[in-house]
Amino acid sequence: MLCDICGKNPATVHLTEIIDEQMNELHLCEECARQKSAQMEQQFGLSDLLGGMAEFGKPEKEIGAASSIKCANCGLTYADFRKMGRLGCGECYQAFKKYLLPLLKRIHGSSQHLGKSPFKVAKVVKKKSDLQELRDKLQKVIEEEAFEEAARIRDEIKELEKKEKK
Amino acid sequence: MRLDDLLNHTSEWLKGTGPHSDIVISSRIRLARNLDKFAFPHWANKKQSEEALETIEEVIPKVDYLKQATVFHLAELDSIDKQFLVERHLMSLEHAQKTNHKAVAVDDEEIVAIMLNEEDHLRMQVMQSGFNLFEARNIINKLDDSLSKELSFAFSQDLGYLTACPTNTGTGMRGSVMLHLPALVMARQIDRVLSAISKLSFTTRGLYGEGTQASGNFFQISNQVSLGHSEDEVIESINSIIRQIIQQENQAREIMLSRNNRSMLEDRISRSLGILKSAHIISSQETIELLSLVRLGCDLGMVKDINRSRINELFIIIQPAHLQKIENKKLSMQERDIKRAELIRNKLSLS
Repeated sequence: MLCDICGKNPATVHLTEIIDEQMNELHLCEECARQKSAQMEQQFGLSDLLGGMAEFGKPEKEIGAASSIKCANCGLTYADFRKMGRLGCGECYQAFKKYLLPLLKRIHGSSQHLGKSPFKVAKVVKKKSDLQELRDKLQKVIEEEAFEEAARIRDEIKELEKKEKK
Repeated sequence: MRLDDLLNHTSEWLKGTGPHSDIVISSRIRLARNLDKFAFPHWANKKQSEEALETIEEVIPKVDYLKQATVFHLAELDSIDKQFLVERHLMSLEHAQKTNHKAVAVDDEEIVAIMLNEEDHLRMQVMQSGFNLFEARNIINKLDDSLSKELSFAFSQDLGYLTACPTNTGTGMRGSVMLHLPALVMARQIDRVLSAISKLSFTTRGLYGEGTQASGNFFQISNQVSLGHSEDEVIESINSIIRQIIQQENQAREIMLSRNNRSMLEDRISRSLGILKSAHIISSQETIELLSLVRLGCDLGMVKDINRSRINELFIIIQPAHLQKIENKKLSMQERDIKRAELIRNKLSLS
């Protein structure tokens, strides 16, 4: 039996494809089978999953507006990111921060880097993470309308920020 | 170093040495890094890709561990050479596909390899033989420090190293350990072990990397999470999981020997060796299955005259591009099956 795609080499890989309940049998040679499987992987990409995860729970309107946000450094739009599942450059993380943070949290269970830094500024990184923690806490108590607590945390944040500037 | 020189050389990670090298083939760590402000490879135009490639290539001779490295430009390699590098685990299959402005830097001993302009500007890996993530981590950390002095990486205080795909953001680190678990497979315990691993957000892959099926009882286990934990924490958690799997495999091996199964097992192993030593046509799939049993025979002292590094090496050199490099010509699948059998007969009668 010859390969269904190239018609040249003997078919050694036998594949059953089901598209919309239509079953289709393919007999392929090694080479064409490899190309076919690369194609299939692309079709169901990570991008679909990632795009969906980022917007989970966000209203439709907001997602529509987000599509046109553009990274000033590389020109990638949020719609491009959704399509490809890949960012365009390091600056994109800042440009799409609002959508990326929840996504990162969903993937990794955290959005705070605790690993090494290229600048050997371990101490600064640590302080920043305390600050981040307080800001997260502030957000939470505001949502809970616990305003006295919020005021206390706000002062704490101010204090820490002052220290950092010094 | 020329590409063909690799052919006469056994990669460091195949040497069958290092801690627990009966069960653990190799330990590997990779880091993803990108140049600050540069568009990531998939999004970069021709000029930007060239610039990124040149920027990195220029510093390579100045960097620790890479002073003797050779840079191969993928656009200059033919398809067999590219596949050859993939088979040696020096680069990914994806890297071999669209080759413009892509390269891979490899050191003489194949401990360090860096893919340039893959999904990220730099994907560096360090491979060690046996269960040795700690040493791999030491080397790659120094390599990364040395590179950081020459290049400015995309990094944010909050999010760490910024990568093309958000699944790598943070440390950009993936640690993986390649395990040979024939007893757990035979005892039908492997699914239980693998499902426990996936619950702890680790992934399992086959012998030949991403997207491959587990075959020959080989399993490559790696971390998924790269944000929210330090590199050392991640490595410690991989280590503790691997230690438990090693223990389970050892227990399964003991049970196999203690019940009255010894003769049955010895029979299977000797028959496997017999086929490998006498076959004249053999597929790679069959080879891998049989070699796996012979390797187990080595570990259990049932096969005495073949050392582990020769078996490890066979897993690599029986692959299509390796066979074609050894023969120095293109071979059809049928021709490869014949040459493969010949190569195995030679290698196993030598020892």
